[in-house]
Amino acid sequence: MMSGTMSEIHDPNAPQSTSDLANTGRMDVSAVLDEGRGVVVPESVGEVVFNLDDVHVFYGDFEAVRDVTMQIGRNEITAFIGPSGCGKSTLLRSFNRMNDLIPGARVEGLLAYHGFDIYAPDVDPIEVRRRIGMVFQKPNVFPKSIYENVAYGPKVNGMKVNMDDLVEECLTRAALWDEVKDDLKKSAYALSGGQQQRLVIARCIAVKPEVILMDEPCASLDPIATAKIEDLMKELAADYTIVIVTHNMQQAARVSDRTAFFTADVDAQGVRHGRLVEYGPTRSIFTAPNDPRTEDYISGRFG
Amino acid sequence: MSATLTRPFDQPDAPADLDLRGHGQPLVDKTFRWILFLCLFVGIAFLAVLLAYVVIKGWPRLDSRLWTNMPSIRRPEQAGAESAITGTLWVIAFTALFSLPIGFLSAVYLEEYAKPTSRFARFVEINIQNLAAVPSIVYGILGLAIFARALALGQTVITAGLTLALLVLPVVIVATREALRAVPQNIRHGSLALGATLWQTTWRQTMPAAIPGMATGTILALSRAIGEAAPLLLLGAVTFISFNPTGPFSAYTTLPIQIYNWTKESREEFQVLAAATIVLLLVILLAMNAVAILIRNRTQKRW
Ligand SMILES: Nc1ncnc2c1ncn2[C@@H]1O[C@H](COP(=O)(O)OP(=O)(O)OP(=O)(O)O)[C@@H](O)[C@H]1O
Ligand SMILES: [Mg+2]
Repeated sequence: MMSGTMSEIHDPNAPQSTSDLANTGRMDVSAVLDEGRGVVVPESVGEVVFNLDDVHVFYGDFEAVRDVTMQIGRNEITAFIGPSGCGKSTLLRSFNRMNDLIPGARVEGLLAYHGFDIYAPDVDPIEVRRRIGMVFQKPNVFPKSIYENVAYGPKVNGMKVNMDDLVEECLTRAALWDEVKDDLKKSAYALSGGQQQRLVIARCIAVKPEVILMDEPCASLDPIATAKIEDLMKELAADYTIVIVTHNMQQAARVSDRTAFFTADVDAQGVRHGRLVEYGPTRSIFTAPNDPRTEDYISGRFG
Repeated sequence: MSATLTRPFDQPDAPADLDLRGHGQPLVDKTFRWILFLCLFVGIAFLAVLLAYVVIKGWPRLDSRLWTNMPSIRRPEQAGAESAITGTLWVIAFTALFSLPIGFLSAVYLEEYAKPTSRFARFVEINIQNLAAVPSIVYGILGLAIFARALALGQTVITAGLTLALLVLPVVIVATREALRAVPQNIRHGSLALGATLWQTTWRQTMPAAIPGMATGTILALSRAIGEAAPLLLLGAVTFISFNPTGPFSAYTTLPIQIYNWTKESREEFQVLAAATIVLLLVILLAMNAVAILIRNRTQKRW
C-alpha cells in the first residue's frame, strides 16, 4: 500500500514527470480499488449536493474550463483527476466562490448548491464558504497556536459552543488529538507538514460545513501522512460531502466513490480549455472507461 | 592557498582528468573584495569620526544637568535641555497619534480592500511615493499655512504633531503596505475559506501577522520625525522655551531646535552644550533603531 503513494513525494511545483505517471499504472490501480470505503456506488448520483449545468470558468478573456455538466452526490467522495492545467483547481474553487478572490475570474452557467444558484446576485460568498470548506494543497495554518487555529472559524462565525470541547472533538476527528493534546498552546508552525494538513482539516470541520473541498491535500506529504489523510477522508465521508483533486491515481481509486476525468482541449487558436471527459463510479472509470483518453490517462500512457 | 591535492584512496578506476582544484580568478576576486570593503570603510569611518568629535566636544556637559535643567541664556554652565526633551516627547506622541492610525488604515485599504486594477488605487499609490520624496521644509510651509494660520493653532505642540504626521505619513503607509504584502496570500485564503469576512480576516489574521514589519517601519518613520528641525523652524519654533509643555496647545521646543539655537550662540560653552545635546539625540535615535532591528530579528520568517 505504501509503495502506491510513492508518487506523492515530489516538489508540488514541479511538473509531473513521466516516470511518475508510469508509477500509477493501471494494474496497481485496480488492485487498490478494493481498499475503498466499501459502499455500493449507484450508477447515477442519488442525493444531489452540487448541480452543474454547462459551467464555464473564465480568467479575464481566457476560458479555463468549459462546458462542465455534472452532479456531486451527498456523503460521497468525488475525485477530480486529469493532467496539469486542465482546470481542476479552477473548477473546485468555483464551488465555494474562492475564485471571487482572483481578479478577473468569473463563472458562467449554472452552479447550484442544493438547487440554489450560488452565483445569484443576492448570495453572500461568506455564507457559501461557511457551508463549503476548503483544504489547500499547501497546509496553510495560521501563525497562531494549535488551539487558536481550530477555534478561529467558530469564533468568526459567532458559533456559541464550548470551545475546548469543540477543539478536542475536531482534533480527534482529524486524527491529530493524541499527537498535540499536550501542546495546544504551541505554534502551529512547530508541527510537521502532515500534522499541519490534519490541523487544517480539523480547522475546516470546526465550522461544521457540509462539504469539504480538497485541492491536492497530500501533494506535500510523505506516504505515511498521506495514508493518514486518506483514512481520515473515508472516515469523514460518513458526515461530509468531499470533493478531492488529486494527481495520484491510486489515491483516487482508494478513496473516491466517483471519479471525474478532465482534460484540456486545444482549440483552433491554440488555446487550451479544460473540459470534463468522463464521470462515473470510480470502479467503472478505472476498470471500464468509455473514453480512450481516460483509458490512456489512468494507464499512464497519457502524453 | 597552495594548490595541493591529496588522494588518500588510490582508485585505479577513477577518471584520469578529474581535477578538483579551483579555476577562479583569485586576483580579481581579492581586488574586488578590497574595493567593496573600502567603500564600506569610508562610510563607517566618516560616521565614527563624527561621533567621536561630538562625544569628545560634548563630554564636559554629558551629565544630569543636560536632562534636569532648563535652557538658560545667561548661565550656560547651568543650562540643560529638559524642556527640549519633554517637548520632543510631546510632539512625537502627537505625531504618532495622528500618523499611525491614518497610515495603517490607508495601507490596509490599498493592500486589502482596493482592487489591484483600480485606477484610483494606482493613482493614490503613485502620489504617496511622490509625497515621500517631498522635502521636509515644504511640509513646514504647509503646516504654517494650514495648521498654524488657517486653523489658528499657532506655535503649539499640536501644530508640530500634525505637520510631522503629514511628513511621515507616506513612509508609514509604504512600510505598512510592505509588511502586509509580506503576509502570505494563503493565510488570507485560509481565513476566507472558513467563512470569515474580509474585515475579520484583515483584523485577526493579516494585521497581526504584519505587526512586526509595521512596528519596524513605524519606529524608523518616527525616528525620522524626531530628528527633523527644518519644518519646525518654519513653524516658528525658534523661541526661547524654558518650561515643559503642559498640553497639546502649549508652546514647545524640541531637541533639534534646541541644538540649532545653541549653535547660533557665539560662546564656547554653548557649543559644548550643543555637542552634548547632539549626543543625546543620537543616543535616542540609535536606541529606536535598535528596537526596530530587535523586533525584526525576533519575529523573522514564521512562514
Ligand atoms: N489565477 C489565475 N489567473 C489566470 N489564469 C489562471 C489562474 N489560475 C489558473 N489559471 C489557468 O487556468 C488553467 C487551469 O488551471 P488550474 O490551476 O485550474 O489547473 P489544474 O488542473 O488545477 O492544474 P494542476 O494539476 O497543475 O494543479 C491553466 O491554464 C492556468 O494557467
Ligand atoms: Mg491545481
